[in-house]
Order: sequence, then structure tokens, then C-alpha cells
Amino acid sequence: MTFTLLINGQSRTVEAPADTPLLWILRDHLNLVGTKYGCGMGVCGACTVHINGVPLRSCQMPVSTAAGVRITTIEGLSDDGSHPLQQAWIEQDVAQCGYCQSGQIMTAAALLAANPAPSDGDIDNAMAGNLCRCATYLRIRSGIHRAAELAAAKGGAA
Amino acid sequence: MSRTDSASLGRRDFLRLSLLGGGGLVLATQIDFLGDAQAATVSVASPAGDAAALNAFVRIAADGTVSIAAHTPECGQGVRTSLPMLVAEELEVDWESIQVEVVPLDAAYGAQFAGGSTAMPRCYTPLRQMGATARIMLVGAAAARWNVPAAECHAASGRVIHTASGKSFAYGELATEAAQRPVPAAKDVPLKPASEFRIIGRRITGVDNAAIVTGKPLFGIDQTLPGMLHASYEKCPVFGGRVVSANLAEVKALPGVRDAFIIEGTKDIRGLVPGVAVIADSTWAAFSARRKLRVKWDEGPHANDSWAGFLEQAQAAGTAKPGQTLRQDGAVADTLAAATASRRVEAVYSYPFISHANLEPQNCTAWFHDGIMELWAPSQRPSGGQDLIHETLGLPKDKIRVHITRMGGGFGRRLSSDFMVEAAAIAQRVNAPVKLTWTREDDLRHDHYRPGGVHFMKGAVDANGALAAWHDHFVTFGNDGRPGSGGSLSPDEFPARFVPHYQAEMTVINCGIPMGPWRSPGSCVFAFVFQCFIDELAHAAGRDPLDFRLALLGDRGMVTTPGERPNGYDAARMRGVVSLAAEKAGWGSPLPRGRGRGIAFHFSHRGYFANVAEVTVSPAGALKVDRVVIVGDVGSQIVNPSGADNQVEGSVLDGLSAAYQELDLERGRIVQSNFHEYPLLRITDAPRVEVHYRLTDNPPTGLGEPALPPVAPAIANAVFAATGKRIRSLPFSRTDLRWS
Repeated sequence: MTFTLLINGQSRTVEAPADTPLLWILRDHLNLVGTKYGCGMGVCGACTVHINGVPLRSCQMPVSTAAGVRITTIEGLSDDGSHPLQQAWIEQDVAQCGYCQSGQIMTAAALLAANPAPSDGDIDNAMAGNLCRCATYLRIRSGIHRAAELAAAKGGAA
Repeated sequence: MSRTDSASLGRRDFLRLSLLGGGGLVLATQIDFLGDAQAATVSVASPAGDAAALNAFVRIAADGTVSIAAHTPECGQGVRTSLPMLVAEELEVDWESIQVEVVPLDAAYGAQFAGGSTAMPRCYTPLRQMGATARIMLVGAAAARWNVPAAECHAASGRVIHTASGKSFAYGELATEAAQRPVPAAKDVPLKPASEFRIIGRRITGVDNAAIVTGKPLFGIDQTLPGMLHASYEKCPVFGGRVVSANLAEVKALPGVRDAFIIEGTKDIRGLVPGVAVIADSTWAAFSARRKLRVKWDEGPHANDSWAGFLEQAQAAGTAKPGQTLRQDGAVADTLAAATASRRVEAVYSYPFISHANLEPQNCTAWFHDGIMELWAPSQRPSGGQDLIHETLGLPKDKIRVHITRMGGGFGRRLSSDFMVEAAAIAQRVNAPVKLTWTREDDLRHDHYRPGGVHFMKGAVDANGALAAWHDHFVTFGNDGRPGSGGSLSPDEFPARFVPHYQAEMTVINCGIPMGPWRSPGSCVFAFVFQCFIDELAHAAGRDPLDFRLALLGDRGMVTTPGERPNGYDAARMRGVVSLAAEKAGWGSPLPRGRGRGIAFHFSHRGYFANVAEVTVSPAGALKVDRVVIVGDVGSQIVNPSGADNQVEGSVLDGLSAAYQELDLERGRIVQSNFHEYPLLRITDAPRVEVHYRLTDNPPTGLGEPALPPVAPAIANAVFAATGKRIRSLPFSRTDLRWS
């Protein structure tokens, strides 16, 4: 079947079975490989994308339900890696292996959009669904705090 | 600094000198990376020598671009950053100005693997010599142009400067002439004193960070090639099982499926395991078709194995008869028998099999073309994959080419090469590049697991409160009578050599489970058992657990075993980290009931680590780790403090995470299938971690592993301090911690 999707501000047409998860549409059909496969059942968070600004698991979203919504992937979070979270992640050297980090950043971006100055508790609540096997959790916390500072300094929300 | 892959880099910019005809400098060096930095030597060959034996870590293009090779596989341990830092330091270039170039598997680079926390000890001196050698050649070229002695010149920030006059050349201007100069012998290459370091010791962020946070293709699973197909591979749920038949015709007719076939495989449970391959146009088509696959298996001899059964066997083995003696010092039985009951402790400790659970499932892309098997592999040991493919499929090694990709976690899993040989075997039968992707379920159920084990411990303290006798009957697991990887106990493992009456014996239970190294193999479980049992003995002696440990270490320095075993244990270094950890953690200051502090230490992978954990246990038995203070001694220099802290913090949290993990085996099958049944630590349970280093006059060593082993025992000992409940088995959740 043919589906027209709105991804990172661009209209993209793909041909795929209706039950294909958005994750594999992104990775295999559109070569947007920043969105990662970790578990395929929505429990690790590596495949997190924004659907109309809400962080959701792309492995749990059949392509048939993805038409007509606004999809943002890590590749579309900013044009040039300038999102405060991306800047903070680089500066604070958050990643170890880095595999989960696009999912972490997408979840954190939704948190900061709603709550520009989160506490540790707010961060833990928002980020609890994203696994990091290298356990970079302490730097994820500090990275989000730093991004909040950068965003505030820029005078706008993240 | 920027980062390139050799595959994507415009090769025209960095072709070897011999091909380029003088357009740039290639410092070609044959390095002999031995097991230890102190023993490593560098011998330098001219670029015109045998190309196959050459090695090129430094390249300077005519436009001045300095490129430094990253030759060791990156799994999150930071070697794509920390190793090029060593070269850049001595080369006298600004870190921000260089390109780090990821290079493929090539004998020219010497050993290329990520394991055993060995990269830093292997490379610390040789890679600095690489940079220094190049610098000397560049300085020599400039001095020749100016017709002055080289001693009148120095190098800084990618330029050679005539010190007196201040005139200078950029490296790019000198590269061609420098390449013609004699290559100095390694022994003539002076290295900088640490006081002059400008790059080593700085917090330098990862070279791949920008690509990671923008979602660029980096990992094995991100590989794409024109015309690439996708494969999924079904193996028998029982280890050692074989395919009898499968509904191949039916599966081949499914949408998007290109082919389906049986791979006979071999008997090597860590090699090419028999199974059924499904080849399709997309990963999802391959996964979907696999769910329609109906395979008749010959489940083999292990179809009735279970973890419960293994524990019964272990109980019988540990209590019925002695095992194979690993070490015997003094008179253990007599000492135990002579001790009064209050000074004698007997306890059984156990831990289950666990998985590596790399977040990037195992995968490999392979393309068989023109007689060449070309692979893109997230492998910690790409040469192992080359060997296994050669042995299994009969391809000549020089026809097996491996591109090393970034890995979504290693932890030892990717020292195995099963996923590489599977991809190669599939690619041999597919007339296109093919990416094999394991499902999460494949990954959890076909790991090469950390072996479980049971320790039957007996110990006694003497009238002075000192540890007098130690007896461990270690029941481990193996295949064909030999312990699995990570399942053998060294006869020198602490507290051997520190207890007058010491005995360790081992019994191996045979099973069909494939085992492999799991981050700090052996140590990751032995430290739990031994440091907890030492705590029990400290309490039997009526002594503070810190004092008891310091007394056990005594006033000794380097403790060695006469003969061949190079297992030195520097008790002074260990006392140093133990004392500092206690001091930083405020050991001895009072805590309210339900809160407690525990201490543990462990030596592994050349690193000395001690930590103090602080926990809160609710009366209902809920355990929360509040804080871990950890101190490491990994020698005289922390090369990259940012990467180092990341490794130690991650090791502490991984140690906590692993203490809650368990796999169960029923009817020969791993029961758990995915993360809902195999939980990993989440951010909500991540305690505060305080990392300290004690710098000592010893060679710098690695940090991928040695911080992990002492974590679980410190937490368990803290739980005892808080509640009086002794945790003797992993996972922690199996022990009832309620108190009132």
C-alpha cells in the first residue's frame, strides 16, 4: 500500500504493508537510521519519535496510522544540530556507545518543551521509559539541566 | 577535530605516499603491540618497505590536514577519542585541528580488538611514539630547509618553529620532505614528561558526539548498501539443536520474501549455529515472514536442561564430594575444625546466568562479490570473525574484508563472532549485499552468557580477629568438562596469598549453554561472593569491615606467585584506594536505622578499585541505593577524564543493574524473551556516583571493566549494615529484606 507521511516537515511517500511499524519505514524505506531498533515492543525507548510533538514509540505505530500526523525524528530535531539538547549532549559528553541517545534526546526534547526547567524528579519521571545499557543516566540528567540553561540563555523554550 | 570513516572519506586526500607520489607524509610504522605497554616496542619501517607490513597512524595531506587513525573498535569505551589523543599529544597538533579517521581491519595496525580493558595499556606508549616520530621527521625537514640544527627548532600547534628567529612552517608545507627523511628508531624518540601534556589529561568529548546526537549512520545496524536485502535467522530454541525440516516453500511465497533456506551449521555452539534464513526486501518483511516459519527441530541432548535442575546438581556436587583442587595452602580443614563456632562461618553463594543485552541487537552486513566476502561488522574482535568465517566457510582470509563499525554496546558479547559467520553464510547464497538483523528475542535467547555459579564457602577467624582459613568449593558451568568463558577461578584470586590456610576447589557442571566474556569476566561475580563473605568473617571477628579488610591486606607491597603466573597483586595500591574510598564516603559516621554503608574492593584488569555504597532499606524491604563513592588506581595518568568518569559511572550503574538480572532455563530454553521480562536499570534507580582516582607511579591502564566488580558486594554489605539481612545470591530481588 502507498502512504504519504509528513516527516521532518517534508512529505514522503512510501510503499509498504499497512502493518509495517513506522520504525522500519524510517530506517529501511527512508534511510532515516537515527531512530533505533532496540526491543520492538515499546519498552526500551530507542525508537522514540515525536508525533504531533508527543514522544511515542515508532516500533508500536503501524504506518497505516502515521498518515496525517506530524512526525519528527532525531534528524529533524534541528537543521544543524543546534537544539539545546544536542549542544548539551556534545558539551557534557553524555554518550558512551550512543545507541540509545537519539531516543533519549527525543524524549527529553518533549520534556523541555513542556517544562523548561525540570527538577531531577521531573527528569526521572519523563525519562524512565528510555533504557541506556551503558547507564549514562547521570549525564542524561546533567545534560537535560544544561540544555535547559542553554535554552533559557537563548531566551526561548527548547 | 572532525571525524571521518575511511570508507566515506575522499580517499584521494589521504592515499598512501607510495601511491600519491610525494603529495603528503605517511608515517608508516610497524608497531609491535605486546601485552603490556612497558614491554611494547616500536620498530619503524620506511614507507617504501613492504606495504602489507606497514602501519599508518599519522597522515598529513599537502593542504595541512592532519589525520590520525582510530584503529580500535569503539563500543562506548571511548577509544576513538582517547587513543588518537595519545598520537596528537606528541605530534604537537591542536586537537581541534585534526581529523580522526576510522580505519578497517588491517594487519598494518597491529591488534585491533576491544577487550580486557587492554587498549590503554597496550597503546599508551606506542601511540605516543607514533606521534613523536612524525614530529621529529617534520622538525628535521624544517631544519634542513633553514640549514640549522634540528635542536634549534621546536614544534607547536601543527607548525615547526625556529626558536630563535620565530620563523615557521606549517606541517603541510613540510610533509613531502619529512616523508623522505630517515625514520628515527623508537628508542631515540623522547616522549614528553606528563607536566608538559596539553591534550592528555584534558576533558575531551567524544569524536562521534555530533553524529550521535543528529542521528547519522554510525552503527553496524545503520549500514546500507545499494541493492541491499535483509535477513532474519531462526535458530533452535534449545542450544545445540538442529533443523530437520521447515515450510520453506510457504515462507518463500510471502510478500517481500526473496528466499528462505536452511543452513546446516556446525557443532560449535559459539560458531555457525544451524538455522533457517529468511531473506526479504525489508527488515520488517523478514521478521514478519519468520513468524510464519514452522521448523521441525532435532532438539539434541539438552532439551531437558533447566536452571532449577542445575541448582540441584550444584547442591549435590558442592556438598557430596570435593572438587578439583585449584589451590591449597596450609591446613584448612584442621583450622576450620579447631575454630570455635562463633569464629567459623559457612555460607552458600550463588548467581544466575545473565545476558549482555547490548541495546543494538547483534547484526552484520555482508556482501559476497568477486570472490571476496566483505563485511560491515559491529565487532569487538573483527579478526575473530575473519578467523571463524575462514574456518567455517573455507574462504581464504585475504578474501574476507571487515569494516569496523561503531557498536551499540559491547560488554564482551561482540568478542564472539557468531553473528558475523551467520551473515557470511547467508551472503554466500544471496546475490546481493545482505544485512542480518537479530530480533531482541534472538539476542536474549542466543547470547553467549555470563555463566552462573555456586560457591560453598567456609571460613574462620583466629582469636586475634584475623582471617585464618578460607575454603571455596566453586561449582561452575562448562561445555565438555571445561569451565565456560568467565567461569574459571584463578588460583591467585584474592584472598589467596593473604590467608595462611586457603583452599579452592572446582566442580564443572556440563551444559549446552554457550558462554562468553561478560564485562570483567569472573571478577564480576567472584568479587560479589568473596567481598561479601569477607564481610561475614569481619562480623564473626567482631571487627569493623574496613579495619578487617585493611588488616587482611596487611603491610605488604607487591605480592607475586613464584613461578610463571604473572598475577601480581599490589596490596599497597589496594590499601590506598580502600582508605581513600572510606575517607571520601565518611566511613564510620552514624546513619539511622534502615540506612547502611558497605565497603568492597577488587583488583582486575590491572586496576585497583574500592567503593563504599550507602543504601536505604524500607521496613517493607525496598532497597534504594543512595550513593556510591568509588576510588580507582589505574596508574599515573587519566588520559581523558571525561571518558574515564563516564566509564566508571557506567560501571557502577552496570554493576547495580546486573545485580538485578537473571535468566531462567526451562526445557533447555531461555525463558526470558525481551526487556519486559529482563529488566535493566532505569534512570529512576540510578544513585549518585562520586568518582575519584588515586594517581600512583604506575603505567596507565584501562577503565572499561575494573570498576564494576566491587559494586554489588558493597551494596549487599550495606544492606546488611542497614538491616542485618545478608544477601548471598543474585539477583538481589530473591532475598527478603523486610525488617522491623
